[in-house]
Amino acid sequence: MASPSTTADAVAPRSSPGDDNYLTHDKGIASWAFTLDHKRIGVMYLISVLCAFALGGTFALILRTELLTPGHTIIDHDTYNQMFTLHGAIMVFLVIIPGIPAALGNIILPLQLGAKDVAFPRLNLASYYLWITGAVLMLTSLAINAVDTGWTFYTPYSTTTSTAVVPAAFGAFVLGFSSIFTGLNFIVTIHKLRPPGMTWFRMPLFVWALYSTALIQVLATPVIGITLLMMIVERTLHIGIFDPALGGDPVLFQHFFWFYSHPAVYIMVVPAFGVIGDIIPVFSRKKIFGYKFIAVSSLAIAFLGFLVWGHHMFVSGQSVLAGTIFSAITFLIAIPTAIKVFNWTATMYKGVIHLDTPMLYALAFLWVFTIGGLTGVFLAVMSVDVHLTDTYFVVAHFHYVMMGGAITALMGGLHYWWPKAFGRMYDEKMGRLGAILVFIGLNVTFFPQFILGSRGMPRRYYNYLPEFQHLHMLSTFGAYTLGAGFLLTAYFLAKSLKHGKIAPANPWGGTTLEWQCPSPPPYYNFTKTPVVTQGPYDGYENLVYDEKIGGYLPRPNKAEA
Amino acid sequence: MTSMSILLALASEPKLPKLPDSPYFWMPPRVSTIAADSDFLYEAMTWGSAVCAAAIFYAMWHFCTKYRAKSRAANEVAGQSSEHNTALEITWSIIPLFVCIALFVGGFKGFVDIRTPPKGAMEIRATGQKWKWLFTYPGLGTPEDMLHVPVNTNVRIVINAVDVLHSLYMPVLRVKMDAVPGRYTDLWFKATETGDFPIFCAEYCGTSHSDMLSHLIVHPPGEYETWLSNTIAKADSVTGKDRGAMLYEKQGCSTCHTTDGTPKVGPSWKGIWGKSESMTGGGSVTVDENYVRESLMDPQAKIVLGFTPAMPTYKGKLSEKDIDGIIEYIKSLK
Repeated sequence: MASPSTTADAVAPRSSPGDDNYLTHDKGIASWAFTLDHKRIGVMYLISVLCAFALGGTFALILRTELLTPGHTIIDHDTYNQMFTLHGAIMVFLVIIPGIPAALGNIILPLQLGAKDVAFPRLNLASYYLWITGAVLMLTSLAINAVDTGWTFYTPYSTTTSTAVVPAAFGAFVLGFSSIFTGLNFIVTIHKLRPPGMTWFRMPLFVWALYSTALIQVLATPVIGITLLMMIVERTLHIGIFDPALGGDPVLFQHFFWFYSHPAVYIMVVPAFGVIGDIIPVFSRKKIFGYKFIAVSSLAIAFLGFLVWGHHMFVSGQSVLAGTIFSAITFLIAIPTAIKVFNWTATMYKGVIHLDTPMLYALAFLWVFTIGGLTGVFLAVMSVDVHLTDTYFVVAHFHYVMMGGAITALMGGLHYWWPKAFGRMYDEKMGRLGAILVFIGLNVTFFPQFILGSRGMPRRYYNYLPEFQHLHMLSTFGAYTLGAGFLLTAYFLAKSLKHGKIAPANPWGGTTLEWQCPSPPPYYNFTKTPVVTQGPYDGYENLVYDEKIGGYLPRPNKAEA
Repeated sequence: MTSMSILLALASEPKLPKLPDSPYFWMPPRVSTIAADSDFLYEAMTWGSAVCAAAIFYAMWHFCTKYRAKSRAANEVAGQSSEHNTALEITWSIIPLFVCIALFVGGFKGFVDIRTPPKGAMEIRATGQKWKWLFTYPGLGTPEDMLHVPVNTNVRIVINAVDVLHSLYMPVLRVKMDAVPGRYTDLWFKATETGDFPIFCAEYCGTSHSDMLSHLIVHPPGEYETWLSNTIAKADSVTGKDRGAMLYEKQGCSTCHTTDGTPKVGPSWKGIWGKSESMTGGGSVTVDENYVRESLMDPQAKIVLGFTPAMPTYKGKLSEKDIDGIIEYIKSLK
């Protein structure tokens, strides 16, 4: 098979593969900073993304605290506006978009393909440094005078406000390239580096999801890049594109923006589908139900996702005809999405279900994603959307999908692959407690926001009518619970790195290829290229649990026993 | 409630609008002909979603309790139950498809109603500016800061914005439309109840976005005309500092400038007359007739140090009598 040499400083593999893994293979900061190893790049991405998540989450807690009372609670108008902008921009561009693909995907994708690395390791490292550059630019905006436009950068507000819009928008532009590099790399890797015997329909669902995501990343991201550049050009050189005062059209900006940003919603949530598709069968000890339907529905969602951007603009002044077409196509997306939820649920039927932390996150995902998906239907109905758009109903809906869907799946995947990536087990009791706190916190934070929005509470409001206060308080207490769940998780995961039990190669009994190499994987992943003879969720009966190592081993042949 | 009592209440009470108590759990009261239609779809979806979600949650719960593994050591795996069932896949694709088609058609019909103003509707102009809604009525030269309409009458609101995007949102009517600078948008409604209801700005527009509120006053039959003729008479007769005080409230000055000395988005008007103020970018200016006039016509020309250039221009919106009135009013705030 095609297995490119992945490193310039190739060293002969050491004798005992158990001691030599990618974490210990080379030492020193330079060995990380210039690494071409997909696992190390993935780990660096993971740490960076989690730091950004902590920052964005801190902003969220400050915002929710401010909303405990109408009027001034702890911060003023402008600080509030800057903070919700940074919360959104950080969570979207720095956390959720790169979260599953670049962090978990980088570590796991080549392993699931039995490959030694991604197709273009140098491009992979470049992608990481672009992420860092984008993050630094965003923080520059924070340091100068934080951007206050909302993460949507709508013109003409963004071209006229006095805050530091340019560094933040340029940061998003650079982060776009980081995302394109990852997507391009994954497309080529999946096409060219599959092991012998792995046909398209023998790929794990995580691989299918990353493939669908990568297509969107490569095709949609250039549009946001050029849009943000045009906005920067208008702001700095006063060339009229979007600002009517200069002869431009502000609704054009919204079209360009959502042409990317709606597909971007699927960049954020399709990888989550992949994680869930991998977790549920392993913890149900049963082949996934409707594999082909789930795999192909990811592609269908990716394709349809390009044709619905105008549903963000039903009251923008867009024509009735345009709105109608966008609404109709939006409904079509509901179908593949529903198919996925039904198939995941059906997989558990007559399974043998283990409720470990990753599975608890998968169940939490099913719950919140069902609510997030169904409330999306409300917003697709044009006459109802006129009332609900730009209210807390929308805020609740996309947090159920982004936070409840993408972040819950990221947490599930993190707990699922943690033993593989770092070779240590975390405290399972703490893990379950963390998952339960996150699940409760999520629902208490965001469910009241559906009620607030339906009753007419507009979004991005610093101040609000006193009639809304009780629901806002409830939402804030939910946010504190959520914060506690994540703090606990950060604590026990960090602790496990040093004090955790040594992880076996296959703690959960997975049959996808990543569980065939040791934990943590050796530098070159596999000493021998694995040959695939079955589907990704076949063969649970051929694994036996060994209590001593706390993991699964291949069932010894009957003749030998 | 008669419109006179509403107006009296407004004059004595603080300016915050109030969302009336609603007979519905999810939604505010219905005050337009459109509301019942869109609420029907909303309620149908709420119940439908509750049933769907409950079914999925029940299945999850049931499977997790019934098929829960005893221990990993028991090494159980699922039997060769079904892993695929085309009939089932088609069923659960087709049923949601039909539901979606029905909802699409319902939403489309409602949307066409919302977006098609009936012929002969009464017209009122709404303008969004940072951070105030201004409403212009036929025959009234100066804009008002509240939306007054008669009950049971088709009203079309023609909307635009002077600076950035805004969105005119009246939850009790279930209508919303963006205000876009450089073009006109519109919405229409027929109010079915009299009373005083909130108006919000629903498109983020900067510092005081959440304070860009107003009142929708629905008058009983006949009283709208009385209100309009009284207001027209008053608007023409008031002059001098009283005119300035009136414009201060109605033109949105009060959103950013106080009259009690506390600085807000802009400097307070109290005691500013005759003062020498330092400017952003150096120099200083004495606040006199010419400076006030320039600040109204070309607000970004000279910015008092410590404030941001946020004010929209009032060029073309104020008459000479209005400008004189504002100057007199500022003079009076010692």
